[in-house]
Amino acid sequence: MSVELKDGDRPVILRGVRTHFDKVRNVWLLLAPERALKLDDVGRAILDEVDGTRTFGEITAILAEKYDAPVDRISGDARTYLSGLMARCMVEAR
Amino acid sequence: MSALRPNPPMAMLAELTHRCPLACPYCSNPLELERKERELTTDEWKDIFSQAAEMGVLHVHFSGGEPASRRDLEEMVAHARDVGLYTNLITSGIGLNKRRLDALNECGLDHVQLSLQGVDSEMADWVGGYKGGFDRKMQVAEWIGEIGFPLTLNAVMHKKNFDRLDETIAIALDMGARRLEVATVQFHGWAAKNRAALMPTREQAKQARLTVNAARERLEGVLVIDYVPADHHSDYPKPCMGGWASTGINVAPDGAVLPCHAAHTIKSLTFDKAHEKPLKEIWYDSDAFNAFRGFDWMQEPCRSCELKTKDFGGCRCQAMAIAGDAAATDPVCIKSPLHGELVRQAEADAEADADLVYRVMPT
Repeated sequence: MSVELKDGDRPVILRGVRTHFDKVRNVWLLLAPERALKLDDVGRAILDEVDGTRTFGEITAILAEKYDAPVDRISGDARTYLSGLMARCMVEAR
Repeated sequence: MSALRPNPPMAMLAELTHRCPLACPYCSNPLELERKERELTTDEWKDIFSQAAEMGVLHVHFSGGEPASRRDLEEMVAHARDVGLYTNLITSGIGLNKRRLDALNECGLDHVQLSLQGVDSEMADWVGGYKGGFDRKMQVAEWIGEIGFPLTLNAVMHKKNFDRLDETIAIALDMGARRLEVATVQFHGWAAKNRAALMPTREQAKQARLTVNAARERLEGVLVIDYVPADHHSDYPKPCMGGWASTGINVAPDGAVLPCHAAHTIKSLTFDKAHEKPLKEIWYDSDAFNAFRGFDWMQEPCRSCELKTKDFGGCRCQAMAIAGDAAATDPVCIKSPLHGELVRQAEADAEADADLVYRVMPT
């Protein structure tokens, strides 16, 4: 189970993966080797808080406060999103 | 020609040079290689990268030949990164040393894709036709790991090495690669001379699929595996390039702009040069890029086929090579009248044995 993300884990956006504003298509993207994922507002909001030092629990607490939403729901959404990126080797939990 | 304006290109393959120290029998470069004197200058390439970024290209793949054969590689990478492109270096590792890799790191290189000719020096040096190449490559892989470049390992698979796919996956893991391309030889260009030496058997192709699927499951979150199957053993063609001139743009060493690296085999098309005409104009308005866009160019059985929006009729260059008509159905397709002959020939080549015919460089 390499894509499990616990509250105490620190997610890191791996080197070679970066956000990029595409001014031609007018969208935010996550660029990775041979891949370009379109970032919606939710994805961007989550990735904005992933700085390599915060734990997943800290990230969801920040998001819950910022967007005035229940932590459980935020945590569920963020876990699904980040685990998806972990499965694609774009994010790692340390 | 399509009535709809095409989307901007996502990726550029920049073939900086055809020069290469290796002599791989499956080389994807054209039969007629460009000499050094015909290569674009540093400034011409830099201008091309600026234009590419401006029109919406996201990834630029520095390729060749061996791109490290260009001494100005670092300067071009720095420029491409400055204009906002995601920079990927596609290399055999030969021609790189620690100093150059450090310099590329300083220049902001995003990613390295290292080719693998075999799982040990005996196999790799034989396939690449370069003694000492494997050991050198392993040293380069170590430096790549030390610097921390994200790494893709590109393993070209064929009859002689398909049975060692598990070892290939193990090498990718040992090197710390996060991505592996298991790419079956595509029989274009020089590779066509080596069909009898390299065509995998149907059984090998089937086993490779199983091995890849099992590894993907086992290595989720550790290694991404992209698989390019042996299309000569398939019933339906590959969606080549995601459709002609739809996502990728290629620039050859002499500046010729192509929709894919084999498109020059379609002799009825004329390809503009990037240093003579704006890239944007070539992408949107040139006859060569519009030749097979959309669906109006198709003949039967593609024209009325429901799969045309998924596979785009397959590969135009393969249609040219085998059917003699670039607008024909890719003969890989079971609906092509040439499918039976293609399968018979692929099976004959798979059973045959032949020596490798090495790629030779012009002197």
